Order: sequence, then C-alpha cells, then structure tokens
Amino acid sequence: MGKLVTLTIDGKQVTVPEGTLIVDAAKKIGIDIPVFCYHPKMEPVGMCRMCLVEIGRPVLDRASGQVVLEEDGSPKIMLSPKLETACTTPVSEGMVVIGDSVKVKDGREDILEFLLTSHPLDCPVCDKGGECPLQNLTMGFGPGESRYIYDEKMHLAKHVPLGELIFLDRERCIQCARCVRFQSEVVDEPVIGFYQRGRSLEIVTFSEPGFDSYFSGNTTDICPVGALTTADFRFGARPWELNSAASICSQCPVGCNITFNIRREARSGGQWVIKRVMPRQNEAVNEIWICDKGRFTYHYTESPERLTQPLIRKNGELTPASWDEALELVASRFRVAGDSLMTLVSGRLSNEDLFNLRQLTQGLGGHSVLYTDLAGGDLVAQVGVGPGTNFAEMGAGSAILVVASDLLEEAPIWWLRVKQAAERGATLIVLNPRPTRLDSYARHVVRYPYGSEAAAVLAMVNTLSAKRPNLPEVVNNLGRSPELQAAARAFADADNAIVLYGGEGTGLETSQALAQACANLLITTNHVQGPNNGLVGVWQRANDQGAWDMGFRPVPDLAEAMRAARAVYVVGADPAGDDPRLAETGDFLVVQELFLTGTAKLADVVLPAQAYTEREGTYTTGERRVQRFYPAMPERPASKADFAIAAQIAELLSINLEGRIPSKLMARIAESVPDYAGLSYSKLAEVSEQWPIVGRGDLYYGGTTYENSQGLGVQLIPAAQRGAVLPLGWPELPEVQIPKLGLLAVPVTRLYDRGQTVLPSKLLHQRILQPYLAIHPEDARRLRIPDGATVELSYRNTTSLVAIRFDERVPAGVILVPRSMGVPINSPQPAELRLVERVAA
Amino acid sequence: MSQYILLRHREIPDLNKLEVYRQYDGFQAFYKSVTSMKPDEVTEVVKASGLRGRGGAGFPTGMKWAFVDKKNWPHYVVANADESEPGTFKDREIMELNPFQFLEGVALTAFAVQANLAYIYLRGEFWQIAHQLEQRIAEMHSAGFLGENLFGSNYSLRIHTHLGAGAYICGEETAMLESLEGKLGQPRLRPPFPPSFGLFGKPTVVNNVETLTNVPLIIDKGAEWYRQFGTEKSPGTKVFSLSGRVNRPGNYELPLGTTFRELIFEHGQGISDDRPVKAIMAAGASSSLIVATQEALDTPMDYESVPSLGASLGSASVIVVDDTVSIPWLINKTIHFFKHESCGKCTPCREGTFWMMHLTERIAEGSAGWEDVELLRDVANQMKGKCLCALGEFSIEAVLSGIERFRNDFEQATSSPAMTDIQQTAEVGS
Repeated sequence: MGKLVTLTIDGKQVTVPEGTLIVDAAKKIGIDIPVFCYHPKMEPVGMCRMCLVEIGRPVLDRASGQVVLEEDGSPKIMLSPKLETACTTPVSEGMVVIGDSVKVKDGREDILEFLLTSHPLDCPVCDKGGECPLQNLTMGFGPGESRYIYDEKMHLAKHVPLGELIFLDRERCIQCARCVRFQSEVVDEPVIGFYQRGRSLEIVTFSEPGFDSYFSGNTTDICPVGALTTADFRFGARPWELNSAASICSQCPVGCNITFNIRREARSGGQWVIKRVMPRQNEAVNEIWICDKGRFTYHYTESPERLTQPLIRKNGELTPASWDEALELVASRFRVAGDSLMTLVSGRLSNEDLFNLRQLTQGLGGHSVLYTDLAGGDLVAQVGVGPGTNFAEMGAGSAILVVASDLLEEAPIWWLRVKQAAERGATLIVLNPRPTRLDSYARHVVRYPYGSEAAAVLAMVNTLSAKRPNLPEVVNNLGRSPELQAAARAFADADNAIVLYGGEGTGLETSQALAQACANLLITTNHVQGPNNGLVGVWQRANDQGAWDMGFRPVPDLAEAMRAARAVYVVGADPAGDDPRLAETGDFLVVQELFLTGTAKLADVVLPAQAYTEREGTYTTGERRVQRFYPAMPERPASKADFAIAAQIAELLSINLEGRIPSKLMARIAESVPDYAGLSYSKLAEVSEQWPIVGRGDLYYGGTTYENSQGLGVQLIPAAQRGAVLPLGWPELPEVQIPKLGLLAVPVTRLYDRGQTVLPSKLLHQRILQPYLAIHPEDARRLRIPDGATVELSYRNTTSLVAIRFDERVPAGVILVPRSMGVPINSPQPAELRLVERVAA
Repeated sequence: MSQYILLRHREIPDLNKLEVYRQYDGFQAFYKSVTSMKPDEVTEVVKASGLRGRGGAGFPTGMKWAFVDKKNWPHYVVANADESEPGTFKDREIMELNPFQFLEGVALTAFAVQANLAYIYLRGEFWQIAHQLEQRIAEMHSAGFLGENLFGSNYSLRIHTHLGAGAYICGEETAMLESLEGKLGQPRLRPPFPPSFGLFGKPTVVNNVETLTNVPLIIDKGAEWYRQFGTEKSPGTKVFSLSGRVNRPGNYELPLGTTFRELIFEHGQGISDDRPVKAIMAAGASSSLIVATQEALDTPMDYESVPSLGASLGSASVIVVDDTVSIPWLINKTIHFFKHESCGKCTPCREGTFWMMHLTERIAEGSAGWEDVELLRDVANQMKGKCLCALGEFSIEAVLSGIERFRNDFEQATSSPAMTDIQQTAEVGS
C-alpha cells in the first residue's frame, strides 16, 4: 500500500491511501456522495455529473512550496470556482471536500431535474421501482415538481430485446454506460455498445445471438434504473413483495453466493415461487457477479416433473407407496446386501447428505462411490489452496496455470477472475489441446495432444528438476518446447501460484495422473504453503470436492461395480440416463432423486428428495471454501432432505445418525472429518466488512447485488499446510493416443448443456445447443462428411446418432463430444464415425 | 513584405502544386530542422514566436509541444481538420489551396515532438480534400519529404488522413482521439491531457490546421519575424471567417488585433442593405452575442481584448447579425445545432440542450410567455460549470448573453401570442 493521504469531507477527517477517489474516501466514513455512472468495480468516467462537490485545496506559497496559513494557524484553503466530480478526483493531502453546501445541493437537484426531463413516469410499473437509485436519489435530492412540459418528452421504444435474455427500455435509460463498460472493461466481451448520440444515444447489441455473453444478467443488477431487465424477472413481481434467502449457486464448483427472491402468488395457485436469483457479495468468491447459468437455471427446482411421493416397483410397475413402506423395504434389502451395498452419489448433494450417506454405507460395510469422471479430490485436500486464497488479490508476482480446462465453459466466474488477475499482471499459463478464450490473456500458451495433459505438466516439472531417469517418450517430447520450458520457469519463479485443472478431454484415469502431476509441480516449486498457492479442481458439480472430503471415491469400472453390488443406492445421480451401459445393476436398486430419471425408471424403490432450495446445507467449493445455503422455499410435503432420508434408513438399521437438525449434523462432521474440525454453522455464518460496500441501503453503489450478512464461509486448511507428508509420487501415465486410423473422441464441457438442472429453464433454450460433435473440417472431408450431417459415432459398444459441426480449432484426429449433450462419454475413446444422413449444409 | 502568412495562395498561383511550393522555399524549414536542428530547438522557436492555437482555445502552441511526455513513447501528432464550428471555413481553404504549407507544418510538429506517425482528422464532408491530401502526401513521399530516414537522418515520418463520420463533437480533441481509435466519438475526462495521454494512450499533440500552417514560416523566418504581426500577447495573423449579413463574406487573413470595424466595414464592405449591425458572434455558434456598439466595433480582435466584451475570439468565425434578425430566432438556431450535436455523454449537455431547444422553439414561435424565457435562463445556468467538455458549456453562451443583452427581443417575442413575422422568418431560415 502506498502513501496515506489525510483530507476532510464535510468536516470529518479521513486518511486513505493515495490514489483513492473522493467518492470512495467519503464512503469509508459513511458519507454517501450520490452517483449514477460511477461503479467501484469499473474505471471512473464522470459522465452523469451527479457526484459534483465543492473541492478546496491548500494554498501553497509559490516560492517556498509551503502551505500558506490563515491568521488562526489553519491552512488557507482555496475553493475551486466550479463544482468537481467526486468520482474522478483522487484525494490529495489537506483537501477539503464539501458535499453538503447549498451550491452542491443545488447542483445535485439540477442534475436530477435534467435526468428526469427524459425519464418516463412509469415507476408504478417499473421492475426497478423500490430498489431504484434514480428513485432514491430523487427522493433524497431531487426537485419536488417538474418544470418540464410533459408533451415535450421524447418517447422511445420500451421493449427492445438485446437478445432473448435481456430487454432494454430506451426511455428509462440514463446513458450512464455502466452496462457497456461492464461488458468491455470487466468481462472483455464488448457485445453491447452505444449507437447514435445525444438524446438518441441507444444501447445496441453487436452479437448474434443478441447480447452473447455468459455474464449478461449482471448488467441488470448494476443498471441504476429500470432500463435493463431480464426476460426472467421483468413484469414478474415488485421488489418489495419479495422475501429473500441466502444461498449458494449449485451449478459449478465456484460456489457463487446468491440470494433467492421468493413470493407467494395467486398466479401460481397461491404457492411460493422463486422470482429471481441475485448475486450476493462475497469478494473472495464471486465479488458481486454471477453467470447467467446461475441466474436462470433455478427453474428445475420448481418443475412440475418433480417426484411427489415414494414409489415401489410392484408387478413390474412403479407404484406410489408410503414413506414407511418404502423405507422399510429399502432398509430390509440393505440389511440383506450388507457389505455388498454400493452407494453411488454425486457432488450435487450437500456435505450433510454425503456425510450421512457415507456413515450409513460404512455402517453396513458397503462401498461409497462418487459418480464423477474427474479424479484428484484427495490430492486437492492435501495440496489445495488454503485460507486467504482470493483470485482478486493475485496480480504481478503471482502465477496461475490452467490445464485441461475450457474455463469459461466450465466455471465462468473463475474464468472472469483468472482473466482479471492476468490483466493485473499475474502470469497466466494455459495448457490446453485446443485454443480457448483464456489464451488471449495468457503469457504462455502450450498445446499438447489430448491424453497427454499429465505428460505436459510432468514435462514442466522435469524442466525445473531434471533428475528422473527413463522419462516416458511423451514427456521428453513435450519438454523440448521452449514455450513449455519458459512457462515452467515463470511458474517456479512466481511468489505464489495456483493450478486449476479441469475436464477438457480427460476421464477418470487421465485426470488422476493429471492431478498427481499438478501436485508434483506445486510441490517441486514450493507452492503449497500460504494463501494463493495450491491445487484447484474445476469440478463438474458444485460439491464434488465435499464428496471427496466426505470419503467418496470414484471407481475405475463403474458398470462392473454396479453389476456386482447386491444393492445399489443411487443418490443425486443418473448413471443410466447418462450412459446406457450403466443400466445394469444387482438385485436391488434404490434411487433418491428430484425427478424420475432414466435410472429412477429402472429402480425398485424411488425416494423423492428435496431440492436444495427447500432445505439447509453446505457445499465445499473448488477453492475448498465451505459455504452455507439456507432454505429459501417451504418444504414440499412428500419429499425429504437427502440427509434425513439416509438417517431414517439408518435408524431402521440401528445406525445412529442425525437426521433432523443440519447444524447438529455439521457438528458431527466437524468431529469425524479432520479437515472439517472446528467448523460450525455459526462460524460459517460469520461476516466481516467487505469493499466495496453494497447492499440495500446503499444500492446505488453496487446496483441490486445483495449484501452478505449470512456468511462468507470458511476456507479449509489443506493437509500440506497442517504439516502432513506431501503426496509426491510419479503418476502412471495412461496410454491415450490418437489412433492412426480412426479418431479419438474426447469429452469437453459446455456451460449450457442438456442436463437435468438446465433444460427445465425454457428461457435458455435458444442458447442450449442441440446434441452435436465437433470435428476439424479436414478430418470430415477425409471421411466425406459434410457440415451439419447426421453421423453415427461408435466406440466400445455404444453408438449414437448425432449432428456434426465443423470447428477449425479442433485438433486433427479428434472428435469433441460435449458432456451431458446426448452422447455418453466419460473418457477419451478411440471412435469411429459413419455418415448416416447428408444434410444440406 | 507580403500580406499573407497563411493564405499565400492568394498571391502565388498554383501554390498547391509541389513544384510551385518548392520554388517558394517550400520544405526548406523542414529540411533545415531535420538536418541541422534538435527537436527541442524547433519547439523553442515556436515558443518564442508566441504562436497560439487557432482552433479556439488560444493555448500557446510551443508550450503544448513541450508538455509531451518524453518518458512515454511513441508520440503522435494529430491535425485537427474537423472544422465544424458554424461560420468557420478557413481550414478548408488552406487545405485546398495551400496544402503543402499545412503538411509541412504537420511534419515540423511531428519532428519537434519526435513523432513518426501523424494523422489528419478531417470532417466527413471533406472527403474530397482528404483525397487531395492523400495525393499530396504521396507526392511528398516520392520527393523524399516523407518516409524513412528523411534527408539522410534517422528521422522517419508518415502521415495518414482519417475521415470523421459527421459529428461536431469530434472537433473536441479527446473525442477526436476516441474517434480516431475507432470508438464512439465522445470526449474523455481531462486531465490527463493528450500530451501525456493521447492517441492509443500515448503522448499526442493535437493542433488545428491553421496553427500548423503557421509553423513552416516561423521556423524559416524566425520568431522575431513572426512577432512583427499581431499584438504582444497574440502575435501573428489570423484567418477571420466572416459571414452573416455582410456584403462580402469570406476568409480574411489579418493581423491579430485588427478591429471588428475594419473586418466588417473595410474588408467585408459593410452590411447588406446598409442596415445597422445589431450583434456579432465572434466564435461561431459557441459565441456570446456581442452588442455591436461603437466601442465594440473598435475593439481589437485578439485573445485578450475580445473577453472585455464578455465574449471570446474562439476560432474567429465572425457572424454578423443586423437588425432584421430576431435574437430569439437566432438562439433557436444555435440551440438546435447544439442539441443535434451533443454527444450525450454527460447529463447536463444531453438533457439541457434538448430542453433548451423546446423552450427556444416556443419562444421563437411566439407561443411562449416570459416565464419560459426565465426558465430558459435557469436551464442554461443549471448547465453552467457542470458539463464534461466545452460543447455543453459553449451551448449556453448565446442563450445567456442573448437574454441579458437583447432583453427587448425576448420581451417582444413573448408579448403577443402569435408573432407571425418571426414565425415566417423561422420557417424561411430553417
């Protein structure tokens, strides 16, 4: 931190770092200088002129450079003749800022009067009404009556779609450019901009589809009027009718803090419904942003397809049953299965659910299996990032390695924050088999063939400490790249460094090797201690890390394991729906779910679970931050929380589990899981002051982002930082190669997939692609397959019919298969393509 | 001694041909500078000449060059050829008829600040001039006055033209830089000023065409020679663009300090139909209205004297208004212009010009009352000192000075419900 500067604002003295803007210095001592265009997350522009204040500066003697003193010994202050913008003026020593004089008040009234001359009088029907900075500031500083003739108002279009997600009301727009600046400065996706000039200035979109950005919804939060609204919420409710509940986004491992706004409404038959999802400030996680997937995909929780009662298979048909009947059946069959019970869970479940399920399974001697194709959660628990880690604090001196991840598609907010760290000067290294959007911010970009991700990281390790004999050929080859060597050195030289590894082209086996290679790199370069050092898994689900921490592990051959188990208990996963080869199970299959999934349809017993919006719990993010979510919606009568169901089954089997009070359950977790020792719900609910200050009483600062009064979460201490032995081992390199004849099919991730938690949100349907495969046009030409054709993809013993898309960024010999998009894939596979139907391209 | 420094083509036929320009010592100053002077020496000569910016603000040119940050490279020079102030048409004549002197001025400026790239930003309507300039730039390349390692030195220079898209605001230097960067033409916050943060964020000198055209002769003949023209604080000559109700409108190059009377009555040959002068707008639409008293007519036109009349010289686009013109009508015209040209970036200008337009329209039509005149004055005062750039601040000059100095006209305009003659004038004029 630089020099400190002391100044006086409205008679109060404040000392702030040099370079602080007056408007922020005032905020720090509780003085609100009104703003519209200024936003603490963006560069000041001084356009709206709302923040005008009087500024006085000490008079300096020209000869001596000393401050001239008044007779009473106080410094002589010269007020500038004009009002100045507090949002663009940095503080200086001895400055006197006057924000409460008649001149300033008149100035604010003048600016507000100007703004209101072109603003429509539609507060009574405006979505922003009630949380609108223009409304609030008009109440605070505006003129009481209008001198502008209503007939002379300019009338403009009120329903302009900037794409199907965000709508613009041109009359309401006050041209503050926050949205335009957010897209260009913060996101670096300048897909919206201004067109025309003066009063005709208009926000337009330049992209196809309109407003093509995963972050578009944030512009509606920071819009200081009702000009930008989401198609989801507009005309949906008035803000003051809404109740709010703190929650955590369940769509990816970032763990964005969110707030659900709910109300009970006649048009939903008197039911409580979620009206919108808003970001909730957590400067160490998501700051004040969320991605559009997090904002718009909550609809699955209120889908009419939700299961409403337990089902038991009778005479081949799933028929409704009582909870008692269902649970007793399950318990009796589990007792029979004993140690041949297999519990298969996914990271969609909370830590509480997972803990109870694990206790239940262990109590019977059964097998706890995690449904995932990305390994390494155990290594993350050992050399993961520790307390104090925050991408926002990474910049010059830091290094971030992103390997095998299309981060924008896998975890958009991490992409945003990693990109910003790079823009602040952090060394960003991208290792990926094909180009991604992150490349343009990277100092080093290294390509490797699909399947060689671990080899590429080991080549970095080898560059730094070439001590290992008999290096595999693939490591040697990759290690010759000067770019890779430079990247390795930059990584080693950084003061602190984080590795994010993901699911680009990886499966269980390859990611296991990759995670170990990443751990080796971190250990070799001594980046496993202190904040902003360590390993982060870019998981496919919100709580995969928690599932690893609770003791669940993937198995190499899931199909075989499921066939072999006498009873299979599938919770929060749909293996058979994802991959028909996982449809075969042992004697007895129990599925605990929200929907009648492909797997549930095969089950002997189906148990309806509560959505996470209806209950309490915690998730552990990829950065190993444990965060609480609170119940937003009332319980559905016939469904139960996953942890409660597990506890009730356990009770019938004389295993004692906490099934009622989640906070007590957390106490048990803290007792039994060493990494979680010391955690409690009250600790997770602690908050400390965050900057910028946002929230309800102060909404013109951060828009309608919710302030965080419900908990910032707790970052776990990785084993390495508690003195555990470092898990340094040389991984077995799996044999994955692009076949000489034929192709290699590899899984990749798209943000908007066709998964169960995405598809029910109809709003996103235009953005969700139809099932497809991507291939390089050269490969397609060789196979005489035209763009858009329907092809048959076959590998092992699966075949799928799907459309093909040309993509020049796909490496030769490779087919990209997006996950959860209709084609089952969980690891790189040699595959064959056959043209089925030629479609006019 | 020749009459002209800038409009030399009026004496020398075909001065817009390279060989003719060279016959009259063309590019001698540039050759001398590059081969025998240090860049700072060129700046020092211009400083000593007292040359002030001719675009309107009258800022000392040499001082501006000296502000260029020498720790941050590369540097750029941008010639402001956006000439868009209503009533100004001097740069056009220079660029069409004395283009090489202008281009040599650009080259000298670039050498002085060690820029290897200069841009000429022309208003979109000047596409033909841009085309001609491109040809002349090509001729200069062929003749060895532009390109790499000029005259055997290690100095290189290229000049490009760039056409605006028809916005007045792009004559404002920072909006021009934004536009040149391919962005929406809106002014930037100042400070930082272009000499420290200009084109593409690099130190940049932005000078008006006329300013730059002075430079070759200043370097060639020296600061002392230049100072013999004009006044102590406003040395040199100035091209006055005279328009309005005069018998002989046009460009007149005269020493700074020439009186309004001499310009209007000698050079402009008096007022049409010998009507009395009522008002003078000395700086185009951005002017305060000067009441044309005898005293005002005898005021010298230089950067110090015009302010004593509550006005400024600006780009010296002198619009003469006689007694047939209603001031409310005139103000309605200027406000329509500013409303049309406000970029919309800052609230007071965007909303204020729009509001004022409605008021001046009603006042000019005769359908307004005195309270509307008072409201107009309020609105103008409300904008004062709050705008982001000078466009908004200048838009109220004519309004406030008009209401203050020509109160009668406004009283008349608001006294009867239908002022059909003024209405007709408005229609004819529009």
